[in-house]
Amino acid sequence: MKLTLNMSITVQNISKSYNKIKAVETLSFAVNEGEIFGLIGPDGAGKTTLFRILTTLLFADEGTASVAGFDVVKEYKSIRNCVGYMPGKFSLYQDLSVEENLTFFATLFGTTIEENYDLIKDIYIQIEPFKTRRAGALSGGMKQKLALCCALIHKPKVLFLDEPTTGVDPVSRKEFWQMLKRLQQKGITILVSTPYMDEAALCDRIALIQKGKILKIDSPINIIEKYDKTIYDVRAKNTYQLLLDLKNHPSQYSVYAFGESIHYTDKETEFDSDTLKKYLEDKKHTEIEIQMTKPTIEDVFMDL
Amino acid sequence: MKRFIGFVTKEFYHIFRDKRTMFILFGMPMVQIMLFGFAITNEINNVNIAIFDQSKDNETQQIINKISASKYFKIVNQITHEAQIESIFRTGKVKAVLVFEKDFIQNLQNKKTAKVQVITDATDPNIANTITNYINAILQNYSQEINKNVKPVYQIQTQTQLYYNPELKSVFTFVPGVMTVILMLVSAMMTSISITREKEMGTMEVLLVSPIKPFQVVIGKVFPYIFLSIINAAIILLLGVFVFKMPIEGSLFLLALESILFIITALSLGILISTIAQSQQTAMMFSLAGLMLPVIILSGFIFPISSMPLPLQIISNIIPAKWFIIIIKAIMLKGATIHTIWKETLILIGMTILFIAISIKKYKIRLE
Repeated sequence: MKLTLNMSITVQNISKSYNKIKAVETLSFAVNEGEIFGLIGPDGAGKTTLFRILTTLLFADEGTASVAGFDVVKEYKSIRNCVGYMPGKFSLYQDLSVEENLTFFATLFGTTIEENYDLIKDIYIQIEPFKTRRAGALSGGMKQKLALCCALIHKPKVLFLDEPTTGVDPVSRKEFWQMLKRLQQKGITILVSTPYMDEAALCDRIALIQKGKILKIDSPINIIEKYDKTIYDVRAKNTYQLLLDLKNHPSQYSVYAFGESIHYTDKETEFDSDTLKKYLEDKKHTEIEIQMTKPTIEDVFMDL
Repeated sequence: MKRFIGFVTKEFYHIFRDKRTMFILFGMPMVQIMLFGFAITNEINNVNIAIFDQSKDNETQQIINKISASKYFKIVNQITHEAQIESIFRTGKVKAVLVFEKDFIQNLQNKKTAKVQVITDATDPNIANTITNYINAILQNYSQEINKNVKPVYQIQTQTQLYYNPELKSVFTFVPGVMTVILMLVSAMMTSISITREKEMGTMEVLLVSPIKPFQVVIGKVFPYIFLSIINAAIILLLGVFVFKMPIEGSLFLLALESILFIITALSLGILISTIAQSQQTAMMFSLAGLMLPVIILSGFIFPISSMPLPLQIISNIIPAKWFIIIIKAIMLKGATIHTIWKETLILIGMTILFIAISIKKYKIRLE
C-alpha cells in the first residue's frame, strides 16, 4: 500500500533540464484529493514544465510523480484518460465554432455534451449565446471559459490549468475562480498555476516557486501569518524618485513598487515611520503618506 | 470508431473553412493543367518567318507557297538584301529566314541540285530546332513531289511511325506529369501542414493528453486527403480526356488503383515530414524544396531521365513520382496491364511501407 493513497498528485524529487539549463530542480510536493493547489511564480519559474511532466507530455530527468494514483511514465495512458488539461496557450480549434469544439472534445473522450452537461452547465450557460461563433472570434475571457468547458467535458478526476487567467480581464478572472471553487465542490482536484499573487489567496494551498525551486508550500493564510516583517505602504507625489530615495535609505531591508505605492520594510525592529518621513522631507518629497499595511502573498514572495 | 469519425469530421471542417486550402486543393489542379496544356508547349504554330529570295523564279515561288500554306508558318517579310537578315532578327519580328540561292531553277535543272538556307533565331534552342525540322520536312516533301516521275538510281527511304502519340502532342506528357505533381503537392504538403498546424497551435498538446491513439490522429488526418486527392485525380483525368483529347488505352480501374497507391505514398511522405518539422513553415519548406523540385525535375516529367548525367539518373530512382509517371503513361498511352508495370507498382508499395515505418518510429507520443 502506498502512503499516498488519498493523494491526487504526488511529485517526488522531480528534475528536468533543457540543454543543461535547469527548468525544474528536485521538486517535491503532494496535492490532496479535492484540493485547489496553486503554483505561484513568475514566468520562467518552471511551472509549465512541471505541468507537462504531470500530464505525461514530458519525461522528467530524475524523480517520480503520480497523478490519480497512476505513474506518469509507466501508466501514462491511464492518466490521459482521466485528467483535464488546459495549456497556457489557447489550444482550441479557432476555425471551429464553440459548439463544434465542445462536441469534438466530448467525442474525443468518448462521451457526449449531454452526459456531463451538469458539470459544465454553470460555465457553458455564459458562452451558449455565442455557440455558433468561431472560437477564434471570442474574447479572451470567453476563450478561457470555452477551454475550461472542453477540459471538463469528460468529468476528469484531476484538472490541470496552466495560467488560465493570463490575459483575461479582472471581471472574467474573478468569475473564473468562482467556477473553480464550484468544481472543487464536485470533488475535482485542481492544480492551477498563475503569475498573479492575488489569485494565490484563493487556493487551498500554494507552492511559491522560482527558478525551478519551491520556496514555500503552505496555505495562503499561514504563509502570510508567518511573515514577521512590518510592511509600510509609502506614497509621495513623485513615485519614481521616491523609489530611488527609499532604496538609498541606510536601514532599508526591501523596497519595491506595489501598485501605485511603494512597499518598504526596515532592518531595524524599532523602526519609526516619522524618521522615514523626515528623511523623505529632506529629499524634498511632498504629499508623503506612510502607513502600516498587512502583508500579502506578493510581499512574502518578494522577500524570498 | 465514434472517436475516429469525430476526428475526421473536424478535419473536414478545417479543410472546407480554409480558403487557402480549398484553393490549393481544387483551384491549383485546374490552373496547372490549363497552363501546361495550353501555354507551355513545344509545338509551333504560326511562326513568323522572312524570305530572302535571290532567284524569284517559278520553283522558289512554289516552295514559298507550300510553306505559307502550312499552318505552322506565316511569311511576314520579303528581304531584298543580305544585310537585312541580321537586322530583322534583331527586331525579333521573325524566328527564321529562308534564303534561296541565285539561279535556283537553273541549278536545279542543270546541276540537279539547288540550295536553300534556313537561318533560325536560336535564342530559344527548342523552337529553333523544331522550326528547322518542320521546314526540312516541307522541303523533303516537295523534292519528293518533283521527283515523282523520275526513277532514282539508289535511294534509301525512311518511314517514320510514331507510336502512342503520333501527333507528338506535348499534352500527353503534361497531363500525367501535372497529375503527379498535384497529387504529390496536395497529399504530402497538405497533410504535413495540417499535422504541424496542430503542433504550432498547441492543440497537439491537448490531443496527446487524451485517450485518442497517435495512429488514430494520423489516419484521421490522412483520411480526408485520400478522399479529396481521388476527386482531384478524377478532375485532372477528365480535363485531360475531354479538353485535351488524351486517350486512356488501359483499364480505368487499374489507373484508379495505381493513383490511390501513389496518393497513399505521397501521404505517408507527408506524415514523415510532419514528424520531423515542428512548424507549418518548415513543413511547407520541406515539401516545396524537398519534394516539388525533384518531382518536377527528376521524375522525367519535363526532362528525360535517360539524358541526365549518371548520378542524377541514380538519384531519380528514389523519387516516387518517377515510378508513378512511368505507370500512368504506360496505362494511359500504351494500354499496359499489371503484367508490364508490376515492378514499378512494387517499388511504390515498398516506398510507402518504408515511409510509414519510419513515421511510426519517429512519431512522438510526448512533446520531445
